[in-house]
Parts: sequence; C-alpha cells; structure tokens
Amino acid sequence: MNTLNNNTDFLLSIENLTVSFDGFKAVDDLNLYVDENEIHVIIGPNGAGKTTVLDLICGRTRSTDGSIKFRNKELTSMREHEIVREGVGRKFQNPSIYEDLTVFENLELSFPRGRSVWGALTFQRDQDVKIRVHEIAEMVFLNELLDKQAALLSHGQKQWLEIGMLLIQDPELLMLDEPVAGMSVSERKQTAKLLNEITKGRSVMVVEHDMKFVEDIAHRVTVLHQGKILSEGSMAKVQADPNVIDVYLGH
Amino acid sequence: MFADYTWTELGSIFAMQGFAGLILFSVFVLMALGLAIIFGQMGVINMAHGEFMILGAYVTYLCSNFFEAYLPALFGIYFFFAMALAFLAAGTLGALVEWSLIRHLYKRPLDTLLATWGLSLILQQAYRSIFGAREVGVTLPNWLLGSVPLTDIIEIPINGIFVMVLTFVIAIAVYFILFRSRMGMQTRAVVQNRVMAGAVGINTEKVDRNTFALGCGIAGIAGSAFTMIGSTGPTAGQLYIVDTFLIVVFGGAASLVGTIASSFAISQAQSTMEFFLSGSMAKVLTLLTVVGILMLRPQGLFSLKIRR
Amino acid sequence: MTSNKSFMSRQELLGILVVSALLFIVMPLAMDIFRLNLFGKYLTYAFVAVGLVLCWGKCGILSLGQGVFFGLGGYCMAMYLKLESSTPEATAIQSTPGIPDFMDWNQITALPWFWEPFNSLTFTLLAIIVVPAVFAFIIGAAMFKRRVGGVYFAIITQAIAAILTILIIGQQGYTGGVNGITDLRTLKGWDIRTDDAKYILYYVNGALLVGVLLLSQIVLKSKLGRLLVAVRDQEDRVRFSGYDVSNIKIFVFCFAAVFSAIGGAMFTLQVGFMSPSFVGIVPSIEMVIFCAVGGRLSILGAVYGTLLVNWAKTTFSETFPELWLFGLGGLFIAVVLVFPNGLSGLYQSYLAPLVDRVVSAGKRNSRTDAAPPPSSGFGAETTAKAAE
Repeated sequence: MNTLNNNTDFLLSIENLTVSFDGFKAVDDLNLYVDENEIHVIIGPNGAGKTTVLDLICGRTRSTDGSIKFRNKELTSMREHEIVREGVGRKFQNPSIYEDLTVFENLELSFPRGRSVWGALTFQRDQDVKIRVHEIAEMVFLNELLDKQAALLSHGQKQWLEIGMLLIQDPELLMLDEPVAGMSVSERKQTAKLLNEITKGRSVMVVEHDMKFVEDIAHRVTVLHQGKILSEGSMAKVQADPNVIDVYLGH
Repeated sequence: MFADYTWTELGSIFAMQGFAGLILFSVFVLMALGLAIIFGQMGVINMAHGEFMILGAYVTYLCSNFFEAYLPALFGIYFFFAMALAFLAAGTLGALVEWSLIRHLYKRPLDTLLATWGLSLILQQAYRSIFGAREVGVTLPNWLLGSVPLTDIIEIPINGIFVMVLTFVIAIAVYFILFRSRMGMQTRAVVQNRVMAGAVGINTEKVDRNTFALGCGIAGIAGSAFTMIGSTGPTAGQLYIVDTFLIVVFGGAASLVGTIASSFAISQAQSTMEFFLSGSMAKVLTLLTVVGILMLRPQGLFSLKIRR
Repeated sequence: MTSNKSFMSRQELLGILVVSALLFIVMPLAMDIFRLNLFGKYLTYAFVAVGLVLCWGKCGILSLGQGVFFGLGGYCMAMYLKLESSTPEATAIQSTPGIPDFMDWNQITALPWFWEPFNSLTFTLLAIIVVPAVFAFIIGAAMFKRRVGGVYFAIITQAIAAILTILIIGQQGYTGGVNGITDLRTLKGWDIRTDDAKYILYYVNGALLVGVLLLSQIVLKSKLGRLLVAVRDQEDRVRFSGYDVSNIKIFVFCFAAVFSAIGGAMFTLQVGFMSPSFVGIVPSIEMVIFCAVGGRLSILGAVYGTLLVNWAKTTFSETFPELWLFGLGGLFIAVVLVFPNGLSGLYQSYLAPLVDRVVSAGKRNSRTDAAPPPSSGFGAETTAKAAE
C-alpha cells in the first residue's frame, strides 16, 4: 500500500477502494481521480456501483478497504458532517429537502454557520444570511418563492432547491446523483445551464443516465461496470470504446 | 454464592433451572415467532400481541370446560381442538384488526405502536368484562400430568415436554410457510418491494392481511400452550410483551434463527440466575444485559449487512 | 415572514396569556383546594407532555420511557422529604431510629450511601435536574451515536422503564418498594400538607410550567427548532448539511427528560408521595397519549391534552370504571387514525382563522401598517400535514 501516503495534486483521489456487502463487492479495487474545476461524470448500467461510490466519498457507506483523499485528507475515517465541513457536498437521487419548512428556511438551515447545538440556539438571521440566501435563490430560479412551503414546489423546483442548499455551503466538491431525473425538457436545459454556472471555481461529480445531458456537461467520463472501471476519458472516447458498447448493448 | 453446593447439586440445579428455562423458552419462541413475522416481515409493531396470545388461552379454557361438561370421552384430546380453535380465533381477530386499523398505518410505525397499545387496552377490558378479573386455569387431561424422573434429583414434568415438542413443530411449520411456501414467497416479495410485487400480480393487500393474521394466529397457539404452565388473566399478555419485543429485536428483526437463539439465551439466562438471585433481580440483570448489547449492536445479533 | 422573526407571534402570545390566566386566576377561583390540588397534579404531567412535543412531535423521537425521568425527579424530591421527616425523634420507636421507616422494616440498619447527599436541599434541587439529564445523556449518546431511532428507540426506552420499575419494586429496603416513598410531611420545616401550602405549591407549579413553555418557545423559535423538524423529516439531509444529528437528538431528549423530572418533583411535593406506579411502561405510554390528544406539534395543546385526558380519567373511573379502559384505548386509536394533530389540529383548522381575524381587526384599529404574518411554531405545520 505504498500509494496511500503519497500526496497528490488532485482534489480528490480514490485509491484501491473496495466495499463488500456480505461478500458481494459493490465497488472493487477502484482508482479514480478528480481534478480541480473538473466536471466528472460517472455512468454505467444499473448496479454498477455509481451511487455507492458517492456514498463512500461522503461517508454514508463505510469502505472495506482503500483510501479516499480530499485535499490530501483521508475521508474514510471521518463522520458525515465532518466530511461536509471539509467541503464536500452531496445531492441525493430523490430530492431531499425539508418539506415542512419554507424555501427560505431550507436555505437558511444549510447556511454554514451555527452548526453546533448551542450555535443553532443562538443563531441570528442577520444581513449576511439574508443576502446570501437571496443570492442563491436567484441562482436556482427560486427567488420568487422564498416564503413558499417547500412541499408545494414542483419536482424540478425541489431538485433545484436541493442544489441551492448545497451551493450555499460553497463546497469545493459537489456530488450530484441524477440531477435531471424526472425533469421536463425545459427544466433539463435550465439545469444544464445552472450546472455550467455553478461549476465555476469548484469540482463536480455527477452520476447520470441521460447521455444527452452528460454530453452537454462532462469534462471527463468514467464508466463503471460491476464495481470496476470499464473505461475512462472524454465522452467521445468512451462512446467509441468497444468494451462500453458491449456492456450497454451486448449480452 | 456457589460455595454452599456440591458439584453434583450444582449440576442438578443447573439442569432443573435449565429445564424451567426451556419451558419459558418455548413460550417466548411461540410469542416471538408471531411477532417476528409481523414485525420482521411487515415492520408493524403490534403491542396487542400479548392480548392475541391471551385470546388463545381463553379459547383453550373455554374448550377445556366444554369438553369436561359435554364430551368427557374426548377430554384426553381436547387440547388439539383447542389449539386449532385458538389459531382460528386469534387469526380472525388479527385479520379484522389489520383491515380496520393496521392497513391505514403501514408508513407510520410509531403510530401503529400507539394504536395497537390502545387496542390492547380495549381487549384487556373486554376480557375482564367477559371472563372476570380473576385468573382462570384449565384442567389438564391425565396423560399430561405427572413427570418423568431422570435421576433421583431431576424430574421433568410431562406438560413441559409436550409444550416443547409443540414449539418445535410450530417453529418448523413457520419456517416452511415463510421460506418454502408460495405464501411466504409472496409475503417476502411484498415486504421487499411493494410496488413491484403488486405489478407482477400479487394481491398485496391480501398478503398483508394473511401475514398479519398468521402472526396473530401463532400468538393464539402460544396462548394455548401457555395455559399448560400458567394461569390466564386479562393482563397476563402485557407481562410478556416487552420481553418478546426485546427478543425479536435482539435476534435481528427479520431472522427466524435469530429469534429462536435469542429466546433461548434470554430465557436460560433468566431462569438460571433466578435460582441464585431474587426473581426481580434476575430479570433486571437479563434485561439490562440485552439493552446493553443492543446499544452496542443495534441491528441485533443475526442480521445481514445490507446495501442501502 | 422572512424579515419578521419575532420571538412570538400574536397568536402564540395570546395562547400563553390564556393558559396563564386559566392557571393563575380562573382555576383557583373556580375550585376548592381539594380539586385545585388534583388539577395541580394533572399539571405535573403536562411537563412531560410538553417535553414530548419537542422530542416526539418536532424531532420524531418517540420515547416510551418518560416515566423514568418523571420518577427520577419525583424520587429525588421524595428522598429529601423522607429524610427530613425521619429524624431520630420522629422515628424513635424503630429498631434503628433516624432512617426512613421502610428501611427499618426491611432490616436495614444504616442509611445507604446514595441517600446521604439527599440530606441537603441544594443537592436535591440540583439532582432533580442533573440526575435525569445525565441519565438521558447516557441513553441518548449510546443510541443516537449508533443511529438507533424510530421503533427501536421506543422499544428500548420502554424496556428501560420496565427495568427501573422492577428494580424499584425489588429493592424495597432502599426504595420503599411497591408502596413507594410515602408519608412526606415538611420541606425545611414548612408543612406541605396544609391548604395554604397547597395553594403556594400550586402557584409554584403553575409558574414553573409557564417557564417551561416559554423555554420551549425559545427553542422552537430558534434555528434549533427548525432543525428539529428537519431532523424528523430528512435526517440525512441535515447530516449532509454539516450538522451532527446525534447531538441535536441528545440535546432534545435531555431537555425533555429534565422537563419530566421537574414535573415529577412537583408531583411529589403536591401529592405527598412517590411510587413506582408513575415510572413504568403503562404510565409512560399514557403520558404519550396526553401529548397526542393535545396535538403532538403544539406545546400549548400538550397542556390542554393532559388536562382533558386526566379529567376524563378521573370522571370516568369514578362513575364507570369498566368504560374507562375502553375509552382510553379508543383514544389511542382515534388520535392516530382520525385526528393525528389532536386538539391543536382542530383548533388550527376551525378556531384559529376566527381568532386571527378578531386579533388583526383589533390591530388595524390601533396601528395601520404591515399586515400580521401568519403564525408559525405552535401549529403551523398542521396545515402542511393536512395538505399531504
């Protein structure tokens, strides 16, 4: 394991990552690197381990073996909220927002201040918070709806709200799990625009099935199959790879 | 505390307490099996499970009286009729409860807990109104009385052996129903993916009802067995409900083997300690140990590491 | 609403004032001291119910062991009072004078070590807060750090209630057993059994309850209050927004435990004894129903729910004892199936709009700027829940 202690220039470097669930290896000896300011898309057939990789990075699932380094800090031993505080944000597949609260309150709770119990008790809604919330709401097309209860938003608006909740934390690495699933065509276009805007100054990892969308945004694509990397590179290169074609079309 | 006894005496004490523990084990297993089906397979907390058991006990009591008065010739085998009736009565009530109450609450486990607690209060009061507050006992046929001497110190009561054999048979039957029959397959399919199961043509509502009824029916049989070793009162079921839930959780909610193993561990620990400590301290220590272990290993002893 | 985040909305202020008026003026005028004392006893359960609103209603943690904390507070108080009434002179006929009577009956000849500090009132008052808080912290830390929640937490807290009851009953030499600690007379020489003392204790109890309500209101109105709801609805999202969810849960569980303990201590003072029948599984789950009947999301509702259920219990079990269990059982089922938001839900959907209109009409007359924001906190979520 000589590579484990080597520092790298990558924002995120995953090495020899393995996780097994009762003998079934969902991710198998994976090596994956994410550059600064890169939009890295992971694709692959169902059960390839895409979501599991995101789960492993953000601490939701514990790895069996291997290392995940973010700015040369080992994430595998950290707890979820500590990983978030390091600057890793995660959006889930189904919009996970606080339906009982308003859009404003949703964004406010995600504002990175007053995260301890005492801090939350003494948290003041000051000018900084309000300005930042409005700024983010503007970005995710929700500035008209700040006082609306989140439960009443459309599916696409909920997805944007969750993205907004991540943006307000200003993460250096943003992980999005199927951000356009269930969106209408126009919402999809708007989301692609949104992603291109928010990726300025940060790296993004996206898991997505929609190939058209992937083509629009990806700098680099990794194809996972049965927990291993099948192919990696630009979208054009990956699409031409006979292994990939075999997995998607063959059998 | 061991100093006052010789080794042979100690051995016999352990054997006898162990056997007392085995009877407790049988009751636990019978109650926990029903609960493990309902809680483990359906995720429903049935706080009235003890009252379903007591229903079975009262049915057995009625049968015993009926046979004694009208069919004394068949009294020797009344118990088998009683068990079948107990199963049917508790199962029918279970189906009714599922239809009127539980099916509205599948996504709200905590609310199910409260609602079934309310149900348990109503059933307790109903028993009290019908059968009176006093505990009742059944008359055992002659062949179940007496005991088999093993050594000159150790004697094994026949009714205890009967209850254990019964438990064994029922446990096997439950295993076959859940893991080898079409009904069990459908139950597990519905539990794992309700929408998909519905889409492939399984009547999910019917499966839910049958599963719940089956769990309650087994509790009814447990009540039947219970009458052989204890007397029946309106609140007797409540005494066991917390223990039984701990057993199911301790064993790992969805695992039958786990349920049986944890019934065994808990009943043995309790009855062995009971001899040396007071009954209440034995229970306190047993429960504390279980709660302590559950805090360290909340998923229970027998459960798979699963992919979320 | 985003700019106006005051500590209380008009509706909420009105609610607190109405409760205060009821407690401090209406009830003392309307009832004789016997009834008022009974009413005060009910109010001690309201402390538990308010704690459950925070813990269960807002944060989704159902504890079926709140009787444990009620009992801890009550027993701490009772131990002090018992020691005070067990002077060597008062217990001269015992074989060991100077120790509580039940110890003497159980052939105990010296005061157990854990009773010693309860000779001090300061220690006792501290213990009423600290003992349940520490106990709740240990349970909470062990469970929430390991992500045990939902029904598992409910079952384990229920088991803890069972364990403590068996322990208290089993160790009667140290605890007074099933009878509990009885025959409590004076507090620092002041006889708590007189009518005057009962009036004073009733007012102290009422003041503490209003204090607890205000404290809860502060928590609910802070960001922490919104976090509680967030944890209930989307625990993972809270965690992945950089919060340590277990700390939030531990805090609210301890908070509710301390409330219960204060209620327990006031119970002992007003009723004059403490026994395991307020600790176990049955009383603990009944306390949940007080909260549910009032409305699990409303701290004021919890107070009214507690009063209503206890009033009904006393009335029914006096006249139709057989019907009471049917009624209580039916109540459990009804609050789950028919009106999950309890009394406060009914209030929110039928009465609140009316009150709102009256209040804002009054306000328009006095000041003509800015329309009042819709109320939140005490029960605003009910509308959302109903809309689902």
